[in-house]
Amino acid sequence: MLKLVSMLSLLCLGFAAASWASQPIVIGAYLPMTGGVASYGQMAWSGITVAKKMEPDVLGRTVDVRLVDTKSDKVDAANAVSRLIERDKVVAIIGEMISGNTIAGSDHAERSAIPMVSPTATNPIVTQNKKYIFRVCFIDPDQGRIAAKLAKDQLGAKTAALIYDISQDYCVALASFFKNEFTALGGKILAETKFKTGDRDFTPQVSRIKSVNPDIIYAPIYYTECALIAKQAREMGLNKPILTGDGAQAPELLSLGGSAVEDVYFTAHFHKDMINTTRGKKFLEQYKKETGKELDAFSAMAADAYFIILDAIKRAGSDDSKKIREALATTKDFEGVTGAITIKPDGNPIKAMVVNKVKDGAFVYVTTIKP
Amino acid sequence: MDTAFVIQQLIFGITLGCLYSLIAIGYTMVYGVIRLINFAHGDLLMVAAYIGFFGIVIYHLPWPVAFGISILLTAALGILIDRGAYKPLRDSPRISALITAIGVSFLLENLGIVIIGGRPKSFPRPSLFEGDLQFDQLILPYLSLWVLGITVMLLTLVLLIVHRTRVGMAMRALSRDFETVRLMGVDVDRVISFTFVLGSSLAAVGGIFWCMKYPAVEPFMGVIPGLKAFVAAVLGGIGSVSGAALGGLLLGLAEVLIVAIQPEWSGYRDAVAFTILIAILLTRPTGIMGEELPK
Repeated sequence: MLKLVSMLSLLCLGFAAASWASQPIVIGAYLPMTGGVASYGQMAWSGITVAKKMEPDVLGRTVDVRLVDTKSDKVDAANAVSRLIERDKVVAIIGEMISGNTIAGSDHAERSAIPMVSPTATNPIVTQNKKYIFRVCFIDPDQGRIAAKLAKDQLGAKTAALIYDISQDYCVALASFFKNEFTALGGKILAETKFKTGDRDFTPQVSRIKSVNPDIIYAPIYYTECALIAKQAREMGLNKPILTGDGAQAPELLSLGGSAVEDVYFTAHFHKDMINTTRGKKFLEQYKKETGKELDAFSAMAADAYFIILDAIKRAGSDDSKKIREALATTKDFEGVTGAITIKPDGNPIKAMVVNKVKDGAFVYVTTIKP
Repeated sequence: MDTAFVIQQLIFGITLGCLYSLIAIGYTMVYGVIRLINFAHGDLLMVAAYIGFFGIVIYHLPWPVAFGISILLTAALGILIDRGAYKPLRDSPRISALITAIGVSFLLENLGIVIIGGRPKSFPRPSLFEGDLQFDQLILPYLSLWVLGITVMLLTLVLLIVHRTRVGMAMRALSRDFETVRLMGVDVDRVISFTFVLGSSLAAVGGIFWCMKYPAVEPFMGVIPGLKAFVAAVLGGIGSVSGAALGGLLLGLAEVLIVAIQPEWSGYRDAVAFTILIAILLTRPTGIMGEELPK
């Protein structure tokens, strides 16, 4: 009898183990699918979807990605992370796309010891003093520095005017990094104008900039506002070159801005013409096949966040969040879509930066700047 | 700070102000008649913009036809919202209708997200509204002239309807005493429907011009202009049509001038607008042109 019971219980255990092994590994994604920066979230999600089709399983288990919309809002972002951790029991999280929301969302992940990888949150604070927060993009001190150099050396600007969104951590920080570097290089900031997310009328700011007549306008802001500002500036006869950051690279910049955004320069994460890894080439093809669209920066970055998490799970050999964190922190020369990724101990990668511009209604690759 | 700069800012301020006015007039009319702050008003503006957008871009209609359809459909939606959401609550406490209005607003926004998606679309601007006049350093966009002209025209039209027609008389009577008017045999629901038609059409016109000026159409685009128009309506004295127009104008001018004259304050643009509101309400609770409260 005892033998039978023990055999039965062994059998049960066996079943349990088998069913545990076939359970999917759940990764969370919190992305702005609606609201002010919805384009980033939607591009990212299509990138993750294609990436998941390309590499659908790890450790012999399928991967399940749960998506929560943050509505481009900080409070919703924080709630989304709690939901992913408490309800969906995710082992790792992808997101958010913008810095302010990632800072809001990272707190809960850090406390719950769930590793998080942001595709494109570039503000330095995102990973500062956080053990579990990583990213696959460069950070804004570098971006601001390179933008200032670009303005000074390549575009020959001696004076500049700033316009940025004071309700976004990304915009405020990037503007100040640019300002420091540009003044250090001997340039002069003639005007500093601000607005708030959701504003649509920029005529007073633009006329202010027009009245000081700078050589260049630095606008480290998101795509909708950037397009509208360019449009209002051109309508008011302000034809100075506009330089912006990685936040500009959404198709909406082109559709909303039209001819006004021609020759807008920006520092960016990625352009499909710079792909040089095998995974990148394969992904580019698959993306085109699945979506019928050309690969954009935000899809590629989000795919890298997915791939790097999968790689970490593989190297950790387990879906234990703490082990995934250790593996993530030791990522070295990982062949991502956007290039080789090495994660430094502070959670930031060593990544090259790209300069793009708008030409004939499309994003054109200008140059790559090595780290 | 030269005169040309200031005049230029006045032009921009008046343009923005007129847009607020157009939307605020619709707000104030509905409030005047049924004492309901129709929070869905800003979202009607969004619906109108989307209809105009689809008409021109997807169905390739000529713009006057597309805009006409947009205004008609938005007016119809206004009646539908009234009949579906507000009428059943006509005799309930006012707070129930107010909360329903917020519900309708969320419904419209989220329907927009589900059906159309959250990414902004570019609103086409017909060539009639392109271009500008230039005097020396001053730029006067044709669109600003159009906005001003349309606002003045519609304001006059609304004032004529309210003060010179029978239905206008009924509207004014309703705002005084709902029950008595009903007892006198006036078809109250028809008068209210007419108010919604008028208010919603104004929101539609406002939405179309808003989008021509700021060509990004997305489901939440009505929230901020709606809120600002509400402030404008309260500023001018809610329930008063000319008050709403004046309030909108003042608000637009204040917002633009603050940023232009004190660029360091540009982040406080909304704060200043709302501070003006608080100041006005503290000194004159019924707004600039509102009726005196009964003693």
